[in-house]
Amino acid sequence: MKQKTLVPYMFVGPAVILFSIFMAYPIIYSLILSFQSGQGSNLEFTGFDNFQRLLSDDIFITALKNTFILLIVQVPIMIFLALIIANLLNSALLKFKGVFRVSFFLPAVTSLVAYSIIFSIMLMNDGVVNQVIAAIGLDRIPWLSDPFWAKASLVIAMTWRWVGYNMVIFLAGLQNIPEELYEAASMDGASKIRQFFSITIPNLKPVILFTTILSTIGTLQLFDEPFVLTNGGPSDATLTIGMYLYQTGFRFFDFGYASTIAYVIVILIAVMTFIQFKVTGDQE
Amino acid sequence: MKKNKTTKRILLYIALIIGALVSLFPFYWAAIGATNTSGSMFSQPPTLLPGSMLMENIRNLNESIGIGRVMFNSLFIAVTYTVLALFICTMAAYAFAKFNFKGRNVIFTIFLLSMMVPYHATIIPLFKMMAALNWLNTYQAVILPNLAYPFAIFLMRQNLLAFPTSLIEAARIDGAGEWKIFFRIVLPSMKPALAATAIFLFLYQWNSFLWPLIALSTTDMYTFPVALSTLFGLSRIDYGQVMAGVTIATIPIIIFFLLLQRQFISGMLGSAVK
Repeated sequence: MKQKTLVPYMFVGPAVILFSIFMAYPIIYSLILSFQSGQGSNLEFTGFDNFQRLLSDDIFITALKNTFILLIVQVPIMIFLALIIANLLNSALLKFKGVFRVSFFLPAVTSLVAYSIIFSIMLMNDGVVNQVIAAIGLDRIPWLSDPFWAKASLVIAMTWRWVGYNMVIFLAGLQNIPEELYEAASMDGASKIRQFFSITIPNLKPVILFTTILSTIGTLQLFDEPFVLTNGGPSDATLTIGMYLYQTGFRFFDFGYASTIAYVIVILIAVMTFIQFKVTGDQE
Repeated sequence: MKKNKTTKRILLYIALIIGALVSLFPFYWAAIGATNTSGSMFSQPPTLLPGSMLMENIRNLNESIGIGRVMFNSLFIAVTYTVLALFICTMAAYAFAKFNFKGRNVIFTIFLLSMMVPYHATIIPLFKMMAALNWLNTYQAVILPNLAYPFAIFLMRQNLLAFPTSLIEAARIDGAGEWKIFFRIVLPSMKPALAATAIFLFLYQWNSFLWPLIALSTTDMYTFPVALSTLFGLSRIDYGQVMAGVTIATIPIIIFFLLLQRQFISGMLGSAVK
């Protein structure tokens, strides 16, 4: 009988050991590091100095602002587009649904680095996007060299990559909305657009909350895209917190300060998730 | 009324076809770029047809990053990781789903909470740890850190909860050992969930960038994302070469996806959707 009680520990053991070494320990260690400062391995405790340094660090403030601008602009655009496409794909009038679904989902399969490279090449000054714009007779857009347009480029690229992913989640959510609701609304003469806003969106609220939280967490950690697409430029216009963490830690080897930045991301994610739960409220 | 419906249908198709083209164009563009010269990507009017430079681009790419080696690194790391992680996570999930033991809820809650902590919070201690072990620039430095992937444990646990406990008990009465029950009775009925989780783990590792970028330092150890990003960071970029690299790194995943669409989507969404 004694042997039997050991069985579950045998199954869970490897995961617990690996988790403790490679997750739990680093998480705690970087919390300690965030109160230390110095170069490389010469670290000493400096209390809240790092946190104070953050407040007067213009580059950090810029990175924070950039990350939030991207978050506030990109996430709603993407979620809204995904909702619309999911709705269109759900239409009874449509054939070849599978083909469309695959086409929209395909970007989500590509690696972040690969798609960032493709977009970077397409958006260069004499790249294909500007060629088309010039062909229509409009002015070329300085996609990657202007602070505003560089952010817009990131938003466009990220939206391209993630719309299909969110769309598939919404499509699944749509299957759970009872058909009768729409039938009743049609009988009462509600237009399709009206139905979208007063039936589809309220019924999908939990799913929308779920995708919004996922996207928020992803955007707060954003690294791959700005690293490849714009390298944070021009003049830090697309520098994100994730990139600043990387630069501080692995270009300047200031591990203490970089850990402080990491914990800022941890706190931001916790706060944003909490707010989103509160705002959408009522369900648990 | 009928006419109204036809126009609606046409508008619907037009909107979706435009959307699908936008979605697919970058893939086409990358493939075309891989077969053309560096300059043709910026020619006026744009080159939209395949050229004859594919072999040359691949040869140049091979000279700069060593395609075979990078492909081997990427595959070796992703496959080893997937097999080990799937095994470790499923075992843990099985314990959480089908056993009552002291500390179960505490451990499970800690796993769940850790999903909220961004990866960034671990990379600096991980880097110091790997440096101390002299493991920087090795395969194990990339493979080990996320083997106990909390989300994969969570996913498998959800699926295992649905497995009838009575079958496990019946097997115990028949005298089957615990490992035999796990491998011969439980796992075979979990194939769809295992496939989805495996795809999730594989993609995670195949596309992973920040940690490999930090942990790997020489070209012969690079994975695709790291090799491509260094190639793209050079001062003189050969775009034909870069596009060939992007295409080679993407094609296997697309084929894999088209073959296993259903499992793939549920794997990527973390089986949140069936």
